[in-house]
Amino acid sequence: MDFLNALVTLLNFVIIPATAYGAQLALGALGVTLIYGILRFSNFAHGDTMAFGAMVTILVTWFLQGAGVSLGPLPTALLALPVGIAATGLLLIGTDRAVYRFYRAQKAKPVIYVIASLGVMFIMNGIVRFIIGVDDQRFADGERFIISARTFREMTGLEEGLAFRTSQGITIVVAIIAVALLFWFLNRTRTGKSMRAFSDNEDLALLSGINPERVVLYTWLIVAALATTAGVLYGLDKSFKPFTYFQLLLPIFASAIVGGLGNPLGAILGGFVIAFSEITVTYAFRRVVSYLAPESWQPDGLLQLLSTDYKFAVSFAILLIVLLFRPTGIMKGKSI
Amino acid sequence: MKTMQPKHVLLFVLVGALFIGTGFVQSWNTALTIFNMGLVSAIMALGVNMQWGYAGLFNVGVMGFVALGGLAAVLVSMPPVEGAWAAGGVQVLLGLVLGAATIVGAILVWGRMRPGRMRGIVILIILVAGFFIFRAVFDAGVARVESIDPALTGYLGGLGLPVVLSWPVGGLLAAGAAWIIGKTALGLRSDYLAIATLGIAEIVIAVLKNEDWLARGVKNVTGLPRPVPFEVDLQANERFVELAQGIGADPVSASTIAVKLAYAGLFIVVLLALIWLSEKALNSPWGRMMRAIRDNEISASAMGKNVKARHLQIFILGSAVCGLAGAMMTTLDGQLVPGTYQPLRFTFLIWVMVIVGGSGNNWGAVLGGFLVWWLWIQVEPIGLMLMQGITAGMAEDSGLRDHLLDSAAHMRLLTMGLILLLVLRFSPRGLIPER
Repeated sequence: MDFLNALVTLLNFVIIPATAYGAQLALGALGVTLIYGILRFSNFAHGDTMAFGAMVTILVTWFLQGAGVSLGPLPTALLALPVGIAATGLLLIGTDRAVYRFYRAQKAKPVIYVIASLGVMFIMNGIVRFIIGVDDQRFADGERFIISARTFREMTGLEEGLAFRTSQGITIVVAIIAVALLFWFLNRTRTGKSMRAFSDNEDLALLSGINPERVVLYTWLIVAALATTAGVLYGLDKSFKPFTYFQLLLPIFASAIVGGLGNPLGAILGGFVIAFSEITVTYAFRRVVSYLAPESWQPDGLLQLLSTDYKFAVSFAILLIVLLFRPTGIMKGKSI
Repeated sequence: MKTMQPKHVLLFVLVGALFIGTGFVQSWNTALTIFNMGLVSAIMALGVNMQWGYAGLFNVGVMGFVALGGLAAVLVSMPPVEGAWAAGGVQVLLGLVLGAATIVGAILVWGRMRPGRMRGIVILIILVAGFFIFRAVFDAGVARVESIDPALTGYLGGLGLPVVLSWPVGGLLAAGAAWIIGKTALGLRSDYLAIATLGIAEIVIAVLKNEDWLARGVKNVTGLPRPVPFEVDLQANERFVELAQGIGADPVSASTIAVKLAYAGLFIVVLLALIWLSEKALNSPWGRMMRAIRDNEISASAMGKNVKARHLQIFILGSAVCGLAGAMMTTLDGQLVPGTYQPLRFTFLIWVMVIVGGSGNNWGAVLGGFLVWWLWIQVEPIGLMLMQGITAGMAEDSGLRDHLLDSAAHMRLLTMGLILLLVLRFSPRGLIPER
């Protein structure tokens, strides 16, 4: 019984939250890694792209809620998501036209793109703050829990409850669908194949008649879909605040690099590596251990390795270790 | 300095006119406040320009180095807290030494043992055991230090030395952090350095916010000693009052302006010294080597230049200058408030200054520092005026009107982004181009 209790506690506080967070990071990192693979630069505006997509979705959600439309037990935001994706897609394509295309024609160095992406980041950040403000916004509705802690306790008779929130369930399901769609697209469709070809060897792809502008266009559209989805899921699961999206940049980049920049599978793996380490290292294991350890061994501390405020330090430490020992990432990314 | 051409002097005159105009239109007090921060910003821009302009290194962790400088100001200038060292300070230090020893030990073992499973296990044991010993010693010490009068102190305090000494110390702290980052991330893709510096900046701020024993965390350290007299002392000084009345000024406003001028004098000395040093360096064989490395790493290394070592050197130097500026800024503010360190303000804004001013040119960075800082401050009132103009026709109780007026503050981000993109696109060499 004690063992089951310990397991449930672990599931409740570590495994489920980390899986949901990992899925959000993975979606974000997929966007970063795709831009890196096709356009060959690290997009610093990615966090703010996520914030923009989430913001549009929130506005549409509020509109729908006002109009009395709902999805029943599911959050209304899912209905609004396609609108968010479309708006973000338009914004990204507009940005590409206005900013990045010029540097592509110039064959500028990657670092120039990065600086340009800083400018884009400023502008997107400004737009988001301008429209929705800097405060926390809540937009989740529908059923809060798939299983609430109390129902679980009544069902199983265990001391510990297991709460499985709708937002976590939706995150995992939506992430699986998105990733499946992405890989289907990259591996099965003509456009997807040309994208991969372009990423592997630009010159060869150009030689075989692939239109680079088309590849870039599709990349931005996919990135818009991934970023908006990631942003909305993160907002549903935690809450929407523009500044936290900017701060997500670090774990997202860490995920993409740890997995291997430019490698989509790596980005997913990296997302989960970062999420699980962040949550395991900052979780206080006292409750879990108190079930497992015999009476006389009861811990008196919290058994927390690092305080939660240092969660960025965890992604950073993993990033440093990977850069030191395997700069191409776990799954062999593009280049060092 | 032969790099200055008449039209560049004119640019400086124009920016000077902006400040003087502010003095006439708003007040001299405001103009001097902006000017002092402009001096600090110019020094930060010089530091970033060393890394980016001389060597092409992309550092987006400026905020972290600036904050380390701020920490130095506290550690050097605040009086030591009575009894803190005896209570737990020594133990805290011992804990930190043990933590460092663990890492050094692991690195030594890594070098000494042959690769294989055994090495991995030994290192893991060292790290895990070291971590728990470190936490045991360190946490107990921290708890004791933080329990000393937490409402007022609750930290170790500083050394009680003159605050000006903290400026070079801030540079040293930043240089130390830069060494760790540079050792890891230099020599890899330029993007990796960017991400690593972004990370260290977040971590420095997290440490400042959470380690109360060090600098009181979010409880802030206020009332730092000043290198210049207090306004009230000046107002009490008969000779100063006589002097003020002699030129027909009100002693109170004269004293605030005198204090600001004193700060400006100190900062100008530092800025001029740094410009002189950087111009000398840039026009020396060393500077030419740096530019050669920046423009073509491969041919430079074929000429026998150690690219990675030179990159590390310039990265440390530039970060040290940012740390110095950080210590100066905290001295000017008279307090360390970790919550105010925002990456948009302390990292990316400095980048806008360098790009706008002209990367690779020290004078350009300085000009950019003053100009962009002035804009950053003034865009807000200008934006508000603009919004008032737009919303003038709307109804008083219109929701949109309120929203637009409230959001005017966010105009500055938009403006800065726009300026950066426009300069990068249409004048990528900046206002004062290199050479």
